Amino acid sequence: MAYKDEQLHEEKVFKDPVHRYVHVKDRVIWDLIAAPEFQRLRRIKQLGTTYLTFHGAEHSRFNHSLGVYEIVRRILYNFKNRPNWNDDERLLCLCAALLHDLGHGPFSHSFEKVFKLDHEHFTREIILRDTTINAILERVEPGFAQKVADVIAKTYEDKLVVSLISSQIDADRMDYLQRDAFFTGVSYGHFDMERILRVMRPMEDQVVIKSTGMHAVEDYIMSRYQMYWQVYFHPVTRSAEVILSKILQRAKYLFESDAFTFKLKPTHFMSFFTGDVQLEEYLKLDEGIVSYYFQLWQEEDDAILRDLCERFVNRRLFKYIEFNPNLQMNTWMELYGLFKEAGIDPDYYLVVDSSSDLPYDFYRPGEEEERLPIHLLMPDGSLKELSRNSDIVESISGKKRTDHKLYFPNDFVEKLPDKHVKKRISEILGLPE
Amino acid sequence: MLTKHAKLMEFFSIAGEITGRKKLQKMIYILKKCRLPFEEKFEYHFYGPYSEELTLRVEELCNLGFLEELKEEKSSYFQYHYSITGDGEAFLQQFASHLPGLEEKVNLLNEQSSRFLELVATIMYFDELPKSEVAEKIHKVKSKQNYSEEEIEQAWDFIHLLAGKASN
Repeated sequence: MAYKDEQLHEEKVFKDPVHRYVHVKDRVIWDLIAAPEFQRLRRIKQLGTTYLTFHGAEHSRFNHSLGVYEIVRRILYNFKNRPNWNDDERLLCLCAALLHDLGHGPFSHSFEKVFKLDHEHFTREIILRDTTINAILERVEPGFAQKVADVIAKTYEDKLVVSLISSQIDADRMDYLQRDAFFTGVSYGHFDMERILRVMRPMEDQVVIKSTGMHAVEDYIMSRYQMYWQVYFHPVTRSAEVILSKILQRAKYLFESDAFTFKLKPTHFMSFFTGDVQLEEYLKLDEGIVSYYFQLWQEEDDAILRDLCERFVNRRLFKYIEFNPNLQMNTWMELYGLFKEAGIDPDYYLVVDSSSDLPYDFYRPGEEEERLPIHLLMPDGSLKELSRNSDIVESISGKKRTDHKLYFPNDFVEKLPDKHVKKRISEILGLPE
Repeated sequence: MLTKHAKLMEFFSIAGEITGRKKLQKMIYILKKCRLPFEEKFEYHFYGPYSEELTLRVEELCNLGFLEELKEEKSSYFQYHYSITGDGEAFLQQFASHLPGLEEKVNLLNEQSSRFLELVATIMYFDELPKSEVAEKIHKVKSKQNYSEEEIEQAWDFIHLLAGKASN
């Protein structure tokens, strides 16, 4: 029997708190899960610094990847023998679902910002270069790895296949909303996924939703909206993220500075600092390694690096206030000067963080063929964009979805010896004197 | 403060008015590929390179009163127009980053149609492929747009023109 058709003697199952069981029967999927590059995802948290706000949020990219695979497996079970669906694409979809986050690194959002990296690039590298994952995929058939990489990059010619993994109602989002809700312990994020899976229909170039299932999709959009504000945009998590980014920025600055020598050579970070990250080095960096360096950097000779690491490790985060960059433009300029005068480096300790700095997206209806919206399949066979039919979705789509916060170390301000500077900073930031 | 926003404001200040979100997306992507230091992250979507980060940042600029967004109803969709406001100009005076080479490219790009810029952006997205394979890829991923060989050739000429301006 060809490797691509090989089935396990007995179906394997992973117990899963969100989907109850993740079922594996294909030998290829079983082998991919066992590959070191996939096992590495166990050592990368799905929600980065969110565990500092919601202590349960310790789940990994490994959990999530299995979850996305399981959702796609169930969708394809429903699609079998439906018009527009070619079951020959089944294994490709399952592999792409399982491997879609393969290139994520530890705290990847901060790492990508500071070191100008792109996890999608590393996903492609792991799939296409000399790795165990690549060997498994190429055993299916020569060129199969490229197909999987194209589906994940959304450049595969069959848009229907792509839309299962990546669209505004895809397996990725359906898993992470439920999983993140479960592990953070919040009561949002729940919706009737079974119902959505039952009303999904394959069309020529996208998955659409039978109009009778509109209310289940409304619930999904509402969950998404609430999860963004309550979990993903949580200001405390953003504070931790700000500090993390500043640690990386400071460490890079020190590495580039001739005047500073690290007590312990930052071997695992070297290629990140020099901007020449090779795949082998990228794969070695997991959260264990990052935590190890942050522990050690608490004893470095640089006061800023030491302080930022101590804050991150011990959860001594920055305080924040709401900030309007238009109305408070002059306030910012004054604060910047006062922080400098007080000896608190504003480049590290006075940070405006905006909602657009976060890696999450709201539902957006069609915008001049810019992004594919969710389409409802009407009884007469026509398609209608969701927000044109649903008042609930329409009202959320029109809401203000942006905010800005100003982060600073309150404890530093409290300890300022210069009473005049302290008083003025406290006045501006609304702190008790 | 808001350095990424300031770069976009500089773009809008030069462009005067941008008609269409798709055009805006493709212009920023092309400028980024020309090594101008825009930091928005792009991914490939159904209609070519797209940045959610850019969409949200523009929304922020509108909510802050730095940009004005006008919504025009077309037969089957809405079209959006963007221009900088007085508050936006004031912000820019404080925080402008003065990106060298930006003005010439923005003017050149703004003269093109969004359909053409979509093609140019998509060709640039596949810059790791050999030129001989790019046209085939375009026909596969953009079969509905039905780009002709002539349009693809014009897009290549345009990319070379932009590259020439980058080295000037």
